[in-house]
Amino acid sequence: MTIAQSAQRGEVSIRDLSKSFAINGRSINVLKSLNLDVKPGECLVIVGASGSGKTTLLRVLAGLEQADGGRVLIDGAPVRGVGAERAVIFQEPRLLPWLTVLGNVTFGLEVRGIARAEAEERARGYIRLVGLGDFADAYPRQLSGGMAQRVGIARALTVQPEILLLDEPLGALDAMTKITMQEELARIWHEENVTMVVVTHDLEEAVYLADRVLILPKEKGDTTRLIDVDLPRPRDRSEIRFVRHREALLREFGLH
Amino acid sequence: MSLQQIERPFFVGREPHRQKSVAGLVRQASEAAGSFLSRYGVLLGFLTLWQVASSLGWINAAVFPPLGTIVAALWDGLVDGALLDDIAISLQRSGTAFVAAVLVAIPLGLFMGQVRAVERALDPILQVFRQTSALALYPVFILLLGLGEASKVFVIFWATLFPLLLNTIGGVKEVDKKLIEMARVYGASRLTVFRRVVLPGAVPSIFVGLRLSATTALLLLIASEMIGANKGVGFQVMNAQYNFQIPLMFAAILLLAALGLIANFALVALQRRLCRWSEVIG
Ligand SMILES: Nc1ncnc2c1ncn2[C@@H]1O[C@H](COP(=O)(O)OP(=O)(O)OP(=O)(O)O)[C@@H](O)[C@H]1O
Ligand SMILES: [Mg+2]
Repeated sequence: MTIAQSAQRGEVSIRDLSKSFAINGRSINVLKSLNLDVKPGECLVIVGASGSGKTTLLRVLAGLEQADGGRVLIDGAPVRGVGAERAVIFQEPRLLPWLTVLGNVTFGLEVRGIARAEAEERARGYIRLVGLGDFADAYPRQLSGGMAQRVGIARALTVQPEILLLDEPLGALDAMTKITMQEELARIWHEENVTMVVVTHDLEEAVYLADRVLILPKEKGDTTRLIDVDLPRPRDRSEIRFVRHREALLREFGLH
Repeated sequence: MSLQQIERPFFVGREPHRQKSVAGLVRQASEAAGSFLSRYGVLLGFLTLWQVASSLGWINAAVFPPLGTIVAALWDGLVDGALLDDIAISLQRSGTAFVAAVLVAIPLGLFMGQVRAVERALDPILQVFRQTSALALYPVFILLLGLGEASKVFVIFWATLFPLLLNTIGGVKEVDKKLIEMARVYGASRLTVFRRVVLPGAVPSIFVGLRLSATTALLLLIASEMIGANKGVGFQVMNAQYNFQIPLMFAAILLLAALGLIANFALVALQRRLCRWSEVIG
């Protein structure tokens, strides 16, 4: 373990990580000796063709899936299962239908044994942060898809993780809501000073959010690539440099 | 643009009060009448047809007495207390069996639904028991437990157990795995996952089982009171038929139906209280 610790926590180190699955008796290498460091407070976006292992990588980082080889270190300590310094935002909101918005957002804190009154106070702050202040007492079935997803985001933020892992968090939303939510995520990331690892299919979203973009290979011969996005924030989608970055990403996929 | 503007919140609180003008009241009353008719119209029509057909002799009044006669028989039975005794003893039999089934089936079902190995090991024998008619086993129960209350209660218990057990197991198994994973991500222990995710998630399905079981418990009264009984609503149905007291027979049948409706209504009301988060279908 290195002692060269920065003041801020939330560093992810991926060392020689590999993972394969057996499908119909055939072994498929999904991740092959992946090496990567995510700096504290960085926003890393993962893109790649369908089936390239984005979800698998995120689940290994979350501790929901075990790697076959190599390891993941969080602030220098190896990952063994889920941990309190990490929170996951899934593609679906995964709200408990029998709890109100407030109940869902306090869920993570209550599971960790934090007293109800304190949990609720913290939760209300984050419910306001995601713009649902008037809906604390609503049930999930009374929410739209975008609102439900924001509740899921609030729930993850309430436990104040160092690292947020997001698997296509906005994938199910319509274009308009998606854009506002991207702005929202960028703002939350900035305000909460949290490390984010975001999986997405949307290259514009990648350029909008990322400090760096990781492109996972699809075919055997392909390589893993890492692209810097050094654009000022908040980012402007219509700006020429933004558009160039997007086009560069498209070319990486051979689509342009 | 802010998020709140994009997704215009709909009204979560209660509706604004309607104006209470005379015209409004009339409209409300006719709306209520309309919705009542659309729900109960066919039932009322059926009852009317019965009454008319029987009193005008379109159908044999000895087999299908007019409703008035049936209701009169019911009233007499209730007033002189004979039917009340029957109700009491029948409710005691069904109630004991139902409560016993609840006490066995829900804990066992929750356990079986949670622990794969147990479920795998017990499922085959459960399927065999379930497919074996309780009525066919009644003679066996009588041999084992005698002709008294024990065998009567036990045959009802047997028939009541399986719908509840299978629905409880199903409810536990069908709880969304993604919700369980979400809870694990927040560090929930197995017990917490069970208490906060599995159990509440299984409640609607458990209620389906409770309602099926309650209905079964009352249905089985007829069979269980057919042999070795001299009291009970089910006994009264059979007895009145032997004695050709057809109005009394129908009165007892009506009583059974009413008990079933009341049990179902009570369970639906309880479910509504417990599951305010979901739409309960009555
Ligand atoms: N639990 C599993 N069992 C077997 N194979 C799996 C499992 N999970 C993933 N895989 C396989 O691993 C590969 C990568 O899957 P993964 O879900 O990580 O892809 P992805 O990049 O997230 O794709 P998408 O963009 O479609 O979500 C796929 O070939 C998939 O079939
Ligand atoms: Mg995926």
